[in-house]
Amino acid sequence: MTSPKDNQTAKPVCFQDVILRLQSYWAAQGCAVLQPYDMEVGAGTFHPATTLRSLGARPWAAAYVQPSRRPTDGRYGENPNRLQHYYQYQVIIKPSPPNLQELYLGSLKAIGLDPMIHDVRFVEDDWESPTLGAWGLGWEVWCDGMEVSQFTYFQQVGGHDCRPVSGELTYGLERLAMYVLGVEHVMDMPFNHPDSPIPLRYGDIFRQAEREYSRWNFDQADTDTLLQHFKDAEAECDRILSAPETDAAGRAIPMAHPAYDQAIKASHLFNLLDARGVISVTERQAYIGRVRALAKRCADLFVTTSAATGEALPAFPAGA
Amino acid sequence: MPDLLIELFSEEIPARMQARAREDLRKLVTDGLVEAGLTYASAGSLSTPRRLVLTIEGLTAHSPTTREERKGPRTDAPDAALQGFLRSTGLTRDQLEARDDKKGQVWFAVIQKPGRPASEIVAEVLETTIRNFPWPKSMRWGAGALRWVRPLHSIICLLSDESGAAVVPLEIEGITAGNSTRGHRFMAPDAFAVSGFEDYAAKLRRAKVMLDPAEREAAIRQEAANLAFARGWEIMPDDGLLTEVAGLVEWPVPLMGAIEDRFLSLPPEVLQTSMKEHQKFFSARNPKTGRIEGFVTVANIETPDHGETILKGNQRVLAARLSDAAFFWENDLREARSGMADWAEGLAHVTFQSKLGSQADRIARIAALAREIAPLVGADADQAEDAARIAKLDLRSAMVGEFPELQGTMGRYYALEAGKTPEVADAARDHYSPLGPSDAVPSAPVSVAVALADKLDTLTGFWAIDEKPTGSKDPFALRRAALGVIRLVLGNGVRISLRQLAEVAASSLWHNVRFSSELAFLPAGKTAEAKNWLRVSSAHPDDPDDVSFNASIEDFYTALSADRVTDLMLVWFEDEEAEPKLGEERLLSGDKRLTSLSTDLLAFFHDRLKVFLKDQGIRHDIIDAVIAMPGNDDLVLLVNRATALNDVLKTEDGTNLLQGLKRAGNILAQAEEKDGVEYSFGADPKFAETDAERALFAALDKAEPAIREAVRLEDFQAATQGIATLRRPIDAFFDTVQINTDNQIVRRNRLNLLSRIREAGRLIADFGRIEG
Repeated sequence: MTSPKDNQTAKPVCFQDVILRLQSYWAAQGCAVLQPYDMEVGAGTFHPATTLRSLGARPWAAAYVQPSRRPTDGRYGENPNRLQHYYQYQVIIKPSPPNLQELYLGSLKAIGLDPMIHDVRFVEDDWESPTLGAWGLGWEVWCDGMEVSQFTYFQQVGGHDCRPVSGELTYGLERLAMYVLGVEHVMDMPFNHPDSPIPLRYGDIFRQAEREYSRWNFDQADTDTLLQHFKDAEAECDRILSAPETDAAGRAIPMAHPAYDQAIKASHLFNLLDARGVISVTERQAYIGRVRALAKRCADLFVTTSAATGEALPAFPAGA
Repeated sequence: MPDLLIELFSEEIPARMQARAREDLRKLVTDGLVEAGLTYASAGSLSTPRRLVLTIEGLTAHSPTTREERKGPRTDAPDAALQGFLRSTGLTRDQLEARDDKKGQVWFAVIQKPGRPASEIVAEVLETTIRNFPWPKSMRWGAGALRWVRPLHSIICLLSDESGAAVVPLEIEGITAGNSTRGHRFMAPDAFAVSGFEDYAAKLRRAKVMLDPAEREAAIRQEAANLAFARGWEIMPDDGLLTEVAGLVEWPVPLMGAIEDRFLSLPPEVLQTSMKEHQKFFSARNPKTGRIEGFVTVANIETPDHGETILKGNQRVLAARLSDAAFFWENDLREARSGMADWAEGLAHVTFQSKLGSQADRIARIAALAREIAPLVGADADQAEDAARIAKLDLRSAMVGEFPELQGTMGRYYALEAGKTPEVADAARDHYSPLGPSDAVPSAPVSVAVALADKLDTLTGFWAIDEKPTGSKDPFALRRAALGVIRLVLGNGVRISLRQLAEVAASSLWHNVRFSSELAFLPAGKTAEAKNWLRVSSAHPDDPDDVSFNASIEDFYTALSADRVTDLMLVWFEDEEAEPKLGEERLLSGDKRLTSLSTDLLAFFHDRLKVFLKDQGIRHDIIDAVIAMPGNDDLVLLVNRATALNDVLKTEDGTNLLQGLKRAGNILAQAEEKDGVEYSFGADPKFAETDAERALFAALDKAEPAIREAVRLEDFQAATQGIATLRRPIDAFFDTVQINTDNQIVRRNRLNLLSRIREAGRLIADFGRIEG
C-alpha cells in the first residue's frame, strides 16, 4: 500500500485513490468538502450546494463527490464507458477566483496528470441546463485529446443573474480515473488498492447493479406510478412555495430547500420516464419547462434568504 | 512618431471567434484614434488563444490644434445677445475681438482647441473598445462587472518612440495597463516586461508563443506534410480545421500516429469525420492503398518525451471513438442488409415540419414527384421512385445520428449493401446536391430526378405553409434549394415546366392529414375525391390524438385507393349534419391558392435566376424582357432566349435595332392612346408612298416567317439574327418617313406597319423592358 508521502509523487493506483487525492487537494485550497446529496440527481450541479449556493452575494467554496444517475445511459454494464450510475466530482467557488485555471491544473497534477508531459487544453464549450434555467461560459478541458472536465463560469441560474459569478468544475470521475490508471473497461478498474487483502474492482461493486437498473429503467419502471410521482412532486413543490411565510408560532421560515428537493425529484422522474420511452419529442420540451418553472420559483425564494444574502438568520420573535 | 502596442491577455478565447476579434480590435481602435484626430502609418492585429494583440506604427504624438472663428452680434447689440454668444463659445468678453464688418463693428470669437497627447486619446479609445467589444457571447467573472469573452487578466498598452517606451495610464475594472505579459502557459509561465512590438514578439517567441496565427497555420501545414511524407502518406487538406487548430495552440507541435488496422475497413469518410469532429485530427492518406491510415494531432507543448505520452493518450481516445464508429457501422450494415425497413418505419415518427408531416410523409411525396420527373430527365421511373424512397433512410442510421454531415454518404454505402443498383445508391448520396456554389451538379438521370423532386417538394411545402424567406432570414435554406433547382435544370438541360411541377408537388400535400384543414389544394384529375376529402376534413377537426379520427382517415385512404369514397362518405355523414357548402367554398379557395402558390414560387425562381445569371454576365433587364415571354417556367428556354438576346445586344446592329424597336413601340403607344384604338392589323404595301416604306414591307415579309420558324425551333440565335436584319430598313424608314401625315389612310397604314415591327420583336422578347 502506498503511504501518504508516496501519494504526492507516485501515480494513483485505484479509483478511490483518485477521489481521495481530489478531496485532499480541494480541502487544501480551502473548500468545504461536502458529502453527496442524498437524492437521485443527473449531475453534481443539481446538489443544492451548487444550484442554490451559486445564487446571491454570499461567498462559497465547496467540493464533493456526487453519485449521478442517467437512466438512458444504462448499457447493462457491458459498455466500457457508459453507465447509468456514475460519479462526478464537483467544485464550486463563488466568487470565481482569478487563479481558478491554475487551481484546476494543480488538481490534475495531484492525480498524476503532469501538464508538462501531457497536452492540456481549454476548448470552448458553453454549458446550459434547460431544466435548471441555467447557463454559463467556459470550456471542456482536454488532456491528450480526451475531455477530462467541464469548466464553467455560471452566468445565470434559475433565471437569476449570478452576481458574483461562481466558477464550477466538474470531473467525470470514472473516465478520468480510467485514463490516469490506463484501464480500458470501466468494470476492470481497481476500486481499492489492488494489493488490498480483498481487492475490489469497479465491476465487483457495480456490474450487477448496472444490469438490474438497466432492466428496470428501460423495461420495468411503472410509468403510471412514475407519472403520478412526477405530478405529486410538482404539486408538493408548489404547495411548499405557496405556504404562508410564517408558521403557526409566527416564525418567518421560508422553505426553499424542501421545495427544491421536490424539483430535483421531478427532474429525476422525468429522466426515468424518458428512459422508458414514453415521452414524445414535443412533450419533452413541456416536461423540461415544468421542471424549470419549479427550479426558478425555488431560486426566487432562495435568493431572499440569508443563505444567499449572507446576512444573519433573523431571530425568531420573542416567545415564539 | 510613436508606435503603439496593445495586448489583451485573457483565459482561452474560443478558436472560432479569434479572426473576427482581431479585425474588430483593429477597426474599433484605429477608427477611434482617427476620429480623435490622430493618424497612423500602419496597423496590424494578431492573436493566440490567450491574447488579442494590436500593433500600430507611426502614430502621431498629438492630435492637431484646431482654430475656429465665429462671428457674433454687433458691438452695439443688446447685452442679452452678447451674453448668449459668450455662453455658446465658452469665452469671456475680453477674449473677443471687435472687427469691422459691412454693417459696422461685430464681435468675433477665435476658439483654439489645443491638440491632445496620443496617450490620453489611446487610453480613452481602448477603454471604450474593451467595454463595447462585439463578442458573439461574453461573460462576467468573479465579483466584477466587466464583460469579456473569458476572464481578462492583464493589458499591455505601450507607446514607444526613439526616446523609450511609456505605459499609457489606463485602469479598467481593477486591471491596470502595464508593459508586462506572460509566455506559454506551461513552458514559460513567468511574467516579463517588453519595450515595444519587436521586443514583445521576440520575447514571446523565446517564451514559446508564436504570435501570428498565419505563421502557426503555416508551421502546422509544413510539419504535418513533413511527418506524412516520411511515411509515404499525404495530409488531406482541410483549411477550416487548420484555422481552428491554429486557434487552439500558442506553440504548435504536430504529432503523427497510425490508425489501428482493425479500423481501416471503415469508410474513409467515417474515419476522416470522426477524427476531425471529435478530436480535431488531420487525416493522412496512403496514396498506394487509397485509404486513410494515419492522423496528425497538434499538441500545444514540447515535452521531454517528445510527445510520446501525448500521442499515446490520443491514440487511446481515437481507438475508443473508432470502436464506437465501427459498432455503428456494423449495426447499420446489418439493418441495410435486411432491407432498411426499420429505418423507414422510424422515419414515420420523425417530424419534418409540424404542418408538413413526418419524414415518411415527405419521402412519399418526393417519391411520387420523382416518378413524374423521371421521364423528363431520361431516368427510369421505377428507379427514380426507388431511389427517392431509400435516399433519406440513412437519417435513421446510427452513423448519421452521430455524424449528421455524413447523410447521403452513408446512404450510398447502405443502399449498395441493401442490394440497390449503383444508380439508386448514387442518388442517395447525390440527391442533396448541389449544396454550395462549389458543389458539383449531379448529372446521372436518377440522381437528377430525386434531387429535383427533393428540392421542389421542400420549396412547395414551405410556400404552402407560408414560411418563405424574408430579408436575411432563410431558416429552411429555401434560396439554396431554388438555386439548386436552377443549377440542376440548366446544368442538365432539363426541359420541364416548373409551374406544372410545383402544382403537382403542392397537390400531393393534400394527402397530409394535419395540413388539409388549413390548405385545401385541389389535386389534378381527382376532383370528386378531393371534394369528399374536404368534407371529411371540415367535419372532423384535426385532432391527431383522436383515435376515431385517425382510424377514419385510415379508412378513407383505403376507400380512396379502392374508389369507394362516395359510399364511405354516405356512411360517415349519415348521422352528421354535413356542410357541403363549406366544402365547396374551401375547394374553390384551395384551387385559387394553388395557382397563386405556383405563380409566387415561380417569381421566386426568377429572382434567384437573375442573381445566378448576373454572375454569368447577363443583365437583369434582359432577363426581365424574356421573363415577360410565354413559357417562362421552362428555365432552359428562358436562358437560351436571354443568352441570344444578350449576345445580339452587344453588337452595333443590336443596339440600333433596340432603338428602332423602342421608337416604333413608343410612337405606337402614343398614337394608340390618342386615338383610343389598337393598331395591330392591316398594313398594306399599296398605300406605301416611299421606297423606305416599301423596303420595310419587303424586309418584314422576309424576316417574319424566318423569326417565327426559328422561335418554333427554339433557335434564338437565328431568331435574333432574323430580327437584326430589320435594323437598316427600320433606320431608313424613320430617317425618311413622317408617320403623322394629314392623309389618315397613309397615317393608319404606317402605324399598322409599326405594329408589325412591334409584333416581330414580341416573338423574341419584351424589348420595352430593356434599358438603353
